[in-house]
Amino acid sequence: MNNLLNLISLWALPAILIIVLTCGLVKKVPVYEEFTEGAKDGFKVAVKIIPYLVAIIVGISMFRASGAIDMIANFASPLLTRFNIPSDTLPLMIVRSLSGSGALGIFSDIANSAGPDAYSTKLAAIMLGSSETTFYVLAVYFGAIGITKIRYALIIGLLADFIGIAAAVLVCNLMFA
Amino acid sequence: MNYIFYFLIVFSIIIGAINGKLQDVVNAVMSGAELSVKVAFSLIGIMAFWLGIMRIAEKSGLIEWIAKLLRPITKVLFNELPPDSPAVGDIAMNFTANAFGLANAATPFGIRAMENMQGVNKDKKTASNSMCLFLGMNTAGFQLIPTTVLAVLIGIGYKNPTEIIAPTLLVTSIAFISAIVMAKFAQWISNKKEVKNE
Repeated sequence: MNNLLNLISLWALPAILIIVLTCGLVKKVPVYEEFTEGAKDGFKVAVKIIPYLVAIIVGISMFRASGAIDMIANFASPLLTRFNIPSDTLPLMIVRSLSGSGALGIFSDIANSAGPDAYSTKLAAIMLGSSETTFYVLAVYFGAIGITKIRYALIIGLLADFIGIAAAVLVCNLMFA
Repeated sequence: MNYIFYFLIVFSIIIGAINGKLQDVVNAVMSGAELSVKVAFSLIGIMAFWLGIMRIAEKSGLIEWIAKLLRPITKVLFNELPPDSPAVGDIAMNFTANAFGLANAATPFGIRAMENMQGVNKDKKTASNSMCLFLGMNTAGFQLIPTTVLAVLIGIGYKNPTEIIAPTLLVTSIAFISAIVMAKFAQWISNKKEVKNE
């Protein structure tokens, strides 16, 4: 089962390439010309999202540097013990929606200091693997098309993150505790 | 967005001052700005590549075919998009790439999907219901195999790293489904309000 999963993830990308290019050739699409035509937009899109990324990433970098996350962690620690959540996973829960590289850094830190057999490592692994960096996705996708009024999109993203964390705690408690 | 931006910056400065970390907060402005440009520029190459591949897929009718295949599902979820919208094919490609952990490929597909949804959006500054739903589904981060996490676990000598795949899949499915349900609920409420105002 695991080997099969690994095989699929290894072949996913090459398979897409083979299928798309073969399909193009069969349908007599000038694949090289169309490829370069489509690729032209790569630069345009990347440049277009810069202002939105600067706004979000600078804001989040400042937030992380201010020590606010430690303050929230201290504040929430009595709640954690009630739900059997190791306190070293709390920063990960907060940072997960804010910064992808930050979350990965915290996870590596937990894994290395708690060790391979620790409950924290398992819980952190599931939390990191089961969610996305909400603020980054928001900045990139809405930035690329110039949307500034985001309505309920962020609330739903954050609520889904919260539900994901709760589910991770629950599942991990049932399986590994 | 205006409030979030204001809150992130002003709140960080105040908290930073209280914690005696104001210097770090100031430094974070420089490093954050630099990081954003790095992130954007690191996207250029991979974005160009996948946008090129997507263009071939589009011209050969492959995207249209995928969109047709998924129409029963997308008709229900993205009911405010025209049924033959090219966005549907892009959305499908985006989720396929995400599911297999190809985050770099998923982003250009997602942006194309957003652009195509923007084409039928009435107010170009305001997110449509379809966009909010798509974003919600994306932030839930549905993934079959968490490759980065596995790499770290293997790195620290975790004996059976693949044992976390099943629980991760379960958790990500729960988050994914609840994002869809919440987005549809929000759509229902906002449409109801609109009818009232008219």
